[in-house]
Amino acid sequence: MTTTAQRLLVVENLSVSLPAARGEVRVVDRVSLSLERGRTLALVGESGSGKSMLCRAIMGLLPGGARRTGSGRVVFAGRDLGALLERELNRIRGREIGVVLQDPLSSLNPVLTIGRQIAETLRYHLGFSSARARERSIELLRAVGIPRPEERLACHPHQLSGGMRQRVAIAMALSCDPQLLITDEPTTALDVTIQAEILNLLGRLQKERNMAMILVTHDLWVAAGMAHDTAVMYAGRIVEQAPTGELFARMRMPYTKALFDAIPRVDDPPHTNLKAIGGTPPDLAALPPGCRFAPRCPRVQTRCRAEEPPLVANDREDHRYACWFPYPSEDSP
Amino acid sequence: MGFFWGKFVHLVVVVLAVTAVTFVMLDLLPADVAHEVAGQSATSRDVAAVRQELGLNDSVAARYGRWLAGAARGDLGTSLVTRQPVGEAIASHLPVTLELLLLAQLFALALAIPAGIVSAWRAESPIDRALGSAAFGLISVPSFALAIVLIYFFSLRLKWFPAIGFTPLSEGAWPNIRGMILPAVSVALVEFASLMRVLRGDMIATLREEFILFARAKGLPTWRILLRHALRPSSFTMLTLLGLHIGNLIGGAVIIETIFALPGIGRLLVSSIFSQDYPMVQGCVLIITVGYVAVNFLVDICYGLLDPRVRKEGSVG
Repeated sequence: MTTTAQRLLVVENLSVSLPAARGEVRVVDRVSLSLERGRTLALVGESGSGKSMLCRAIMGLLPGGARRTGSGRVVFAGRDLGALLERELNRIRGREIGVVLQDPLSSLNPVLTIGRQIAETLRYHLGFSSARARERSIELLRAVGIPRPEERLACHPHQLSGGMRQRVAIAMALSCDPQLLITDEPTTALDVTIQAEILNLLGRLQKERNMAMILVTHDLWVAAGMAHDTAVMYAGRIVEQAPTGELFARMRMPYTKALFDAIPRVDDPPHTNLKAIGGTPPDLAALPPGCRFAPRCPRVQTRCRAEEPPLVANDREDHRYACWFPYPSEDSP
Repeated sequence: MGFFWGKFVHLVVVVLAVTAVTFVMLDLLPADVAHEVAGQSATSRDVAAVRQELGLNDSVAARYGRWLAGAARGDLGTSLVTRQPVGEAIASHLPVTLELLLLAQLFALALAIPAGIVSAWRAESPIDRALGSAAFGLISVPSFALAIVLIYFFSLRLKWFPAIGFTPLSEGAWPNIRGMILPAVSVALVEFASLMRVLRGDMIATLREEFILFARAKGLPTWRILLRHALRPSSFTMLTLLGLHIGNLIGGAVIIETIFALPGIGRLLVSSIFSQDYPMVQGCVLIITVGYVAVNFLVDICYGLLDPRVRKEGSVG
């Protein structure tokens, strides 16, 4: 175990609510996690599981209407982000925490040149002169693998391909040498071949700069290839969390297993029916009283429908899961 | 290059169409111009002489051709009433209209941009609602009513500005601008309301874009996000509306020009229509048409300045 001092990010009991037709729904429910420098945490789950909302809550950028509820805390480099003023948060966002969003087509401003958009964080956060910002922007673009960076500075986003745009967005996120990089489905909007390039780039940069990284993805394989630790989210909660190797070797929570089984395999005979997870994710406004996955779970029993299982470590300190009747620990897929 | 050439052809076509239609419509008016010119006591022989002199016996097409040939050489004819060359009369009235137009747009934008930004940023807040109510109030008040209220308070009561009249720029910049402020504000307040509501709507949509979330994630302060990231992509509809406003004002500020006794193009046009001074009407129509097309051209150029993606398409077409 590591001491708190070494942990860059500690999230404790974080909940986020959205207003709904009747009352509020909790889209993120009592989530706790921690992250050390130099490590990557993958957040995996179906769409609507609360992974993006969790990231936005960490950055303090919740969408209109959403708010943090309960006594949860987000502590970044020793500071409780919830207690900071917007102005103080702005000194952390973009400077100590970098963000890469899903769709590079819509995350770059269409009317400003690439050069301006990279330089603005350098000038605003680090007080660079425009000449120095330009020089550093060229270095950054080169570092993310953009050929002829000097010429790209004058380009507008629409003049670049999707993969190039995501590289530019990564360069922007890295401009002030952040300690934490949050990437929200950074490759979902890209072609498969480009996806691998971008993931390799992110992995390399993370190692070179010893950054902590949160990688949000719905793709377990991306998590397997990139992350030191993986947390699986379902209906706003973390339902299983472990070092990635351990998680893949011993999936305990039936939802994780179902997510894994839903991935089509190369060695399947042609026209094998894809295994979907039966049923649909629960309506967050009308959650079942027990385990949230119970209505879709193949191993469901009476207790599951009555009592919500806590997220706890049973036989291994670093492997937590929320399940009353987990798969046995020797049962690997 | 093709862009400019296309615009020029467009200008020529529009000018030909509009002036031809005006010519025909003036010809259809029941009153006889020759009667007016010859005067009350003229005999039918005098009228016939005048008709001969003005070439009114020729067909409409022949007269239009003559006018067009003159206009192409820069000669717009002579006023039938004052005997002043039409070009000269327009040259003396146009600066007044242009000044009114420019000041009014400046005032309107100076109010609409901050108000639109604030009400989009704080949408549905009390301040947005207050600005929204003010806007709807202003839209429903005609500009002449507003002008009279402004004259009452600022000229008669406070005596800050003259109530009516135009002071040429040659008598000093301040007296000139001072006389223009109330007319410009009367026009601007009405325009401000629509400009601001349009900007608000577009800006609310822009603020929901991912690139705004990304800009916030970069830790940029709110004012910078609003002004640098959100304003430009949100100002297209506002720009279009501004172009229409300007086009309308070139010849359509008659009421405001009349209330404030400003010798602008609108008043020249209306008085020429009443006095059957068709060369003058024709000249005014020409200027208004050219103005409209020129403003549209400028708006097209501005689209390209606002959004590089338009620039690319423009150079192709």
